[in-house]
Amino acid sequence: MPQEAPIPRFGHKPQVAFFDFACCEGCQLSVLQLEEKLLEILEHVDVVTWREAMTEQSTEYDIAFCEGSVTTEEDVERIKRIREQADVLVTLGSCASNGCHNELKNKWSMDEVREVVYGDAADQIATIPSRPVSAVVDVDYQTFGCPVSLGEFVKVVSAILTGQSHAPSNQPVCVECKLNDYVCVYELGKVCLGPVTRCGCNAICTAFGDPCQGCRGLMDAANLPAMLRALTREQAHSIMRKIIERYELSEEQIEAKLRIYNNWPELDMEEADEDDD
Amino acid sequence: MTTDADIHVHHLTRVEGHGDVVARIEEGMLKEIRFSVVEAPRFFEAIVREQPYCDVVHIASRICGICAVSHKCAALQATEAAFGVEISPQTHLLRRIAFHGEVLSSHLLHIYFLAAPDLLGLPSVMPLINTQPEIVKRAMRLKQIGYDLAAMVAGRHTHPVAMTVGGFSFLHDPADMQEMRGRLVNILDDLDASVELFATLELPDFERETEYVSLTNPDRYAFYEGNVLSSDGPCVPVAEYREAIRERVVEHSTAKWARWNRDEYLCGALARMNNNFDQLHPSAQKAAARLEMEPPVHNPYAMTVAQLIECVHCVEDSIELIDEFTRSGVDADQQQAEVKPRAALGVGAVEAPRGILFHEYEYEDEGVCLSANHVIPTAQNQANLNRDMHEFAPSIMHESRDRIQHLLEMLVRAYDPCISCSTH
Repeated sequence: MPQEAPIPRFGHKPQVAFFDFACCEGCQLSVLQLEEKLLEILEHVDVVTWREAMTEQSTEYDIAFCEGSVTTEEDVERIKRIREQADVLVTLGSCASNGCHNELKNKWSMDEVREVVYGDAADQIATIPSRPVSAVVDVDYQTFGCPVSLGEFVKVVSAILTGQSHAPSNQPVCVECKLNDYVCVYELGKVCLGPVTRCGCNAICTAFGDPCQGCRGLMDAANLPAMLRALTREQAHSIMRKIIERYELSEEQIEAKLRIYNNWPELDMEEADEDDD
Repeated sequence: MTTDADIHVHHLTRVEGHGDVVARIEEGMLKEIRFSVVEAPRFFEAIVREQPYCDVVHIASRICGICAVSHKCAALQATEAAFGVEISPQTHLLRRIAFHGEVLSSHLLHIYFLAAPDLLGLPSVMPLINTQPEIVKRAMRLKQIGYDLAAMVAGRHTHPVAMTVGGFSFLHDPADMQEMRGRLVNILDDLDASVELFATLELPDFERETEYVSLTNPDRYAFYEGNVLSSDGPCVPVAEYREAIRERVVEHSTAKWARWNRDEYLCGALARMNNNFDQLHPSAQKAAARLEMEPPVHNPYAMTVAQLIECVHCVEDSIELIDEFTRSGVDADQQQAEVKPRAALGVGAVEAPRGILFHEYEYEDEGVCLSANHVIPTAQNQANLNRDMHEFAPSIMHESRDRIQHLLEMLVRAYDPCISCSTH
């Protein structure tokens, strides 16, 4: 839920912090892959907190990059503190922006998932239904992907440093897939979520004949309040229905695929509260 | 002499994930010491249930952003074992190349960005960007070639896109392989320079003999496939891992601890090197001699050095594997094996960069997952690390509080813990 606040202009070299919540930390690591580009970015900012890479830490920063999902009460307090401190909060990748597969656990009770993994010791594990950072606090910029799409990351950093807004791409992955002349993976007999998924990844999966799993979330959805998300979901379903008819797939198959990366809007928070520790 | 100290490092820096170091010294006596994993679990073993097998392996690689290829391959092996899929020699060869890429990128991340600052007396690699940019650029070049090598095979390193149950979703281009071969040959100079750098660095003085657990393979230094070997003697097939390795939940940790013959064991680069040293590439053995690493090595701080030796092996072996691929040519018929799901349980095991990794899945007849078990290297190493801390701390009590804390932090970092992975 991006806010319409004015974009801050930094009167100094902006101080940057990286934070991680429940995730694989692959987005932070992907940022390291920017190599020369990263060194160039580092000329324009001071990284003051990055636990995974640095022992130096600061409680003062202008820009916070947050990856991961909020899955404990402690996380909720922590992301709120970060929001309070940061002028600009950026979500890094799918766990923080649109939920990622962490939300799959929300279809069971927290007691059940704890018991499946920890057995008799389930009680010592604290967990609440998983939500993206963007569902807990206002965010200023979002980057998507599992892991984060680096091209988008660089664009967002440039936008922040030059005081511009950045609208996430809002077309299906099919657009990039076609621009690259890739063979439609439906024609290879695979179920692909490209038709409803936000592009910006340059169709990295279909480039190798692998179907899009929808990691960047439903297009036109992630920036809208939950109500609108539901509507968009309807539209998405109607697109998929056409595909189902054409390729003789079952609706359950599509539904299950969609849920891997898009499960959180279904979450009934009132019911979820009862599961809290 | 530190007579009283209350050390509590919350969310240790320069490691992957969230862990705490606690040490309490009263009147010169060690009262409490531990490393705790406080990572929030993501419950992978619960969330892959009800997923079809192709989505199970997709989700499984997301356990870890550093060792995604390892998790993917362990999940692929387990699923292929369950369904009785026959994998082509070409697929095996390509997966081994992808593995080398992952080991390189993961090890070099740890060696230069996480561990080296301690040995150079720095808080991070950041100050080096201005003072010694050539070291930072070398580190980035080395790490990048690992990513690129894995990406050449798997489409992307984090997270691989082209690895499927039964093979690959695309056909590899020999021209890409040749280009990569050239880069690998050129990067050997950077590895030599790294070996020379580490030959000048001094490790903390601590030794403790322990049980070393790794895969072992009669044909080669095992990363991608083998049997499960303990330095205490036993060697069991992967499918029988539950007979050997016992996991348990302990207090203070969201990652399970493990044991086999003793109360604790070590896995990872040092365990592999101690168990399979003779199978390392001759160049890697030469690097080991230069670094004065003669197995068995019992200093846990030497894990970082063992990783560097493995990097030499991975580059040299990748060059040879590419040559093998060039000789045999690309065979489209070997790209994707036929997959017929059936109701069965399968186990896969690989050597992830941090050590032996098991994935187990039970499927129903249409290939939908019923249950899963993941045994992660960093989780397995926790008992050994905690024992090391107990044994090491009394010998450093004469140091200042800050020095004690730093030596303990360094010990944890030497294990290169992959903490979010260990909890998963």
